Amino acid sequence: MLPDPNSLYGPLDPAPDAGYEDAPPRMGFFTDTSVCIGCKACEVACKEWNGVPQSGLDLLGMSYDNTGALTANSWRHVAFVEQPRPADVLGAPVADGAGPQFLGMPGSQPPGRGSGAEDRTDFRWLMMSDVCKHCTHAACLDVCPTGSLFRTEFGTVVVQEDICNGCGYCISACPYGVIDQRKDDGRAWKCTLCYDRLGAGQTPACAQACPTESIQYGPLEELRERAAARVATLHERGVPEARLYGHDPNDGVGGDGAFFLLLDEPEVYGLPPDPVVTTRDLPKMWKRAGLAALAMAAATVAAFVGGSS
Amino acid sequence: MAEAHPVGFQWVVEAKRRGAKVFHVDPRFTRTSALADSFLPIRAGTDIALLGGVVRYILDNELDFREYVLSYTNAATIVSAEFSDTEDGDGFFSGFDPETGTYVQDSWQYEGHEGSSGSGHTAQERDSAAGLTHESHGAQVAGQTRRDETLQHPRCVYQILKRHFSRYTPEMVERVCGIPQEKFLELAQAWTENSGRERTGMLIYSVGWTQHSVGVQYIRTGAIIQLLLGNMGRPGGGIMALRGHASIQGSTDIPTLFNLLPGYLPMPHHADHPSFDEWVDSIRHPGQKGFWGNARSFAASLLKAYWGAAATPENDYCYGYLPRLTGDHGTYQQVLNMIDGKIKGYFLLGQNPAVGSAHGRAQRLGMANLDWLVVRDLFEIESATFWKNGPEVATGEIVPEECRTEVFFLPAASHVEKEGTFTQTQRLLQWREKAVEPPGDARSELWFFYHLGRKLREKLAGSTLPRDRALLDLTWDYPTHGPHAEPSAESVLREINGYDVATGRPLSSFAEARADGSTAIGCWIYTGVYADGVNQAARRRSRHEQDWVAAEWGWAWPANRRILYNRASADPDGNPWSERKRYVWWDAEKAEWTGYDVPDFEKTKPPSYRPPPGASGTEGIAGDDPFVMQGDGKGWLYAPSGVLDGPLPTHYEPVESPVRNPFYGQQANPTRKMYAHPVNSVNPSPPEEHSQVFPYVFTVSRLTEHHTAGGMSRTVSPLAELQPEMFVEVSPELAVERGLDHLGWAHLVTARAAIEARVLVTDRLTPLRVDDRVIHQVWLPYHFGFEGLVTGDSANDLFGISLDPNVLIQESKVGTCDVRPGRRPRGRDLLDLVADYQRRAGIVPGQHAPAVTTDSVGEEHGAS
Repeated sequence: MLPDPNSLYGPLDPAPDAGYEDAPPRMGFFTDTSVCIGCKACEVACKEWNGVPQSGLDLLGMSYDNTGALTANSWRHVAFVEQPRPADVLGAPVADGAGPQFLGMPGSQPPGRGSGAEDRTDFRWLMMSDVCKHCTHAACLDVCPTGSLFRTEFGTVVVQEDICNGCGYCISACPYGVIDQRKDDGRAWKCTLCYDRLGAGQTPACAQACPTESIQYGPLEELRERAAARVATLHERGVPEARLYGHDPNDGVGGDGAFFLLLDEPEVYGLPPDPVVTTRDLPKMWKRAGLAALAMAAATVAAFVGGSS
Repeated sequence: MAEAHPVGFQWVVEAKRRGAKVFHVDPRFTRTSALADSFLPIRAGTDIALLGGVVRYILDNELDFREYVLSYTNAATIVSAEFSDTEDGDGFFSGFDPETGTYVQDSWQYEGHEGSSGSGHTAQERDSAAGLTHESHGAQVAGQTRRDETLQHPRCVYQILKRHFSRYTPEMVERVCGIPQEKFLELAQAWTENSGRERTGMLIYSVGWTQHSVGVQYIRTGAIIQLLLGNMGRPGGGIMALRGHASIQGSTDIPTLFNLLPGYLPMPHHADHPSFDEWVDSIRHPGQKGFWGNARSFAASLLKAYWGAAATPENDYCYGYLPRLTGDHGTYQQVLNMIDGKIKGYFLLGQNPAVGSAHGRAQRLGMANLDWLVVRDLFEIESATFWKNGPEVATGEIVPEECRTEVFFLPAASHVEKEGTFTQTQRLLQWREKAVEPPGDARSELWFFYHLGRKLREKLAGSTLPRDRALLDLTWDYPTHGPHAEPSAESVLREINGYDVATGRPLSSFAEARADGSTAIGCWIYTGVYADGVNQAARRRSRHEQDWVAAEWGWAWPANRRILYNRASADPDGNPWSERKRYVWWDAEKAEWTGYDVPDFEKTKPPSYRPPPGASGTEGIAGDDPFVMQGDGKGWLYAPSGVLDGPLPTHYEPVESPVRNPFYGQQANPTRKMYAHPVNSVNPSPPEEHSQVFPYVFTVSRLTEHHTAGGMSRTVSPLAELQPEMFVEVSPELAVERGLDHLGWAHLVTARAAIEARVLVTDRLTPLRVDDRVIHQVWLPYHFGFEGLVTGDSANDLFGISLDPNVLIQESKVGTCDVRPGRRPRGRDLLDLVADYQRRAGIVPGQHAPAVTTDSVGEEHGAS
């Protein structure tokens, strides 16, 4: 069988591409942040089920986020974003050049400083439970020299901790900054999408614990349909800022196995706006390298041939 | 709700999915606000002003559900001519007695019943938190009343209500609560538009709402709105009291309270209830309508369950064995008694007052002055180690070597390590299986009490002392199993359910209770949970396999009824108010009540039934009286008795407030329970001088990440790391005013204590414009203490002890304080700082400012 032309980039069903015959449907997460209440039950359930160690007892001052980021010791991370309501959400027209635009970026000042009480009746507190995206084209997996990272029959990406040699290539390869090295053992760790539970027909711990069905688990195709319907409903109900992130098989990573409904730009939540699999250009690079090697060889040959004449 | 009850909040999210509009009222923007359609920031302690504004909006615009109000409430009932309102008394109703600081309620009664219904001496009712007995039923009132169905009589409840709330205008709501008028009107409009025949609206509160000196009246105001809008007894309506995790409802049904017996039977008082008959009559109140007419059967069956064969009709079922109240035995009175050396021993079970109760210093000083203290908990909590690690050790007030209290710490089994039931907020009993064995010496409470009782009885065996009979005659025969002789929880549930004494057959309904000693029932409202010998609480049929009422999931008291007073979901003729809101109705063909739920009405009593003159008890309830536990069968817009601080809710300022009451000369609840004790100083409020010494309002509540006093969360790594430090939330404006830095330190000072916390500057706190002033509010989590993986000062240390008069709950959701940058002083300097604030505020320890702050009381009292 010829390898899929989209093996490294473009729409693809990853499990059959990885060689699974009769693979079950691709499974994933749809995280609907519009109903996230920031309870962090996902973080706790993940740690409990997977035996993930403590990630530190530090008050970070990032709203109610004391986890900080997805790390080797935090496989779910709930981001909290306190922001003034953008003007267009309030329904007021945004005049061109009417003062600085709010970009949703965390400022160096505490939120709201400098504004008066009268101006601040409305306010938005966004919450999002972030997780490994289980990319269609997973650069971490592509670069792993030991085969520790592998594609499961469910289309998810899992680290086998007993094979990982701690080289760290996967860490720089991940376009989302998800996979991370554990300080005291040097190996790479991340969400397994509860591979052990999936095999037993169970729901991943985080989705099971989520009280509001913000984290939904299921066949990816079904989740994508459900997500599209949810966005349409929210648009109908006057939430025009609702949008999907990571759902599109034509994006830079071939679509995520864990995708999101967001209420603002991805940057606001600390997500890259246009992630691209870092191994996308691998064939091109191999081609270039091959060409360069050929040219070098040709030049060498030419030099010898020329010299003898 | 999302903060404190995230699992329950899934149903709010579900309602939103179906198009419900959610309003959230809170002093700060929380995780609930984040998902609400509209957020109303409110000045802590002003909820009656807000809800009173809604009442006025309804009445002024005649938006009440008139047919419902006329038939099902006491709107038309005429009140005594002797009644006078707070509008005429500058914040006082008629009948105030300045001597005791309580009301004589005779003038509040329905016309023609003055003096015959009210108990008169409410000072004693206050001491015994008598309001708690009304959890399952209304207060006493005469059944037959005079009514004006046109609602025009100037003394009918409807007109009194209208006059009482006439000044609660949108302007006043803004002025008192700091809520902009447009926001208020948006709420009032949405609430009224989503109520009526076709629609219902729900009011949800968490227990923080009750922790005010007017806490009961908050809920009363909500009840008035829900009755006016026809939202009671109907699907999607009601008042959802989100009670504490996981079985606070259960711990009042089968009470851990000093003044109640199971099923809301009152604990007898030594002077008022010398005999069984007098006690029972005080409950059933002969002549009154409703189901409490059967109180004798419930009481006799309870005593029969306690004392079995020893309990006979001849000896009044051992009524003499029951302990008696002699006064206020509430938890706060007890703590002060401990400090004063009047209490020698104490049991603490699953409770951490050193952190979780108001005035932590008083709690710790009290516990440090006992002979012995037994603490049963999962971890070694602050209430077990205060004598060596508490803040008073640093200040020198407790010296570990000299502390006289001997502390016995006994490890307890957690909820997954034992079997039993939880009773949640819907009165739903859910059975839990044991998942794992408890570790080491940890044991269940059931094990502890069973074997404690067994050993006490063994030690007393052969005693001839009369005082030991109560213990020796107890039925104490639960079967045990396993290596540790764990008692069978199901056998306890069977006893709670009740059984026929002769045959042992479990009863299926409290209607089977008898007063002749032939039935024994541990808690009459739970009868049916073990019907047919089956553990009904263990039923777990999925909601996807039954109708939306899901009657086969667990078991709800009473009688597996999911919505109380559901007769009100049908119109007076017994037909559903609307197809959309169809729930329980009269089936004329079968001549019985039917529906999705268990009808809360006598099954075959037709809507047309009218009681014969002079009828009482259940016979007195007419076919269109849905509120069958009320003495007149009606929902009470106006409470002629039962509520000690007034028949109608009235806005009083919190005990500690920076603001003079904009409504009345009377500043705070005049009937609140005050304890003038040297440890219990109160910050001054207007009209007293020096209130500016404590210029800021503080409030406390829960974080999702922690549980109550932190004993189950600060001790557990995956939870502790999510909120690892004590912090205080302040608005950017206050941060500038007081020089506070994000993630820096601040300390807060009251007349009781000074505590420190890291600063979170956030837009979620907003300064409010109140009465032409800017009021700053700060918020703190109350979870932190000095033990566990993560520690911090306790927010509850800041509070003093001032109680609601009805149920003796403490005002621990609002107080005044000063906020200063930096860390607090250490050692003796800390005491000096607090003493300095007391001096500047003119506080004399042990003295209280007078409760009455208006001159009109003496005159009014003299005239009545």
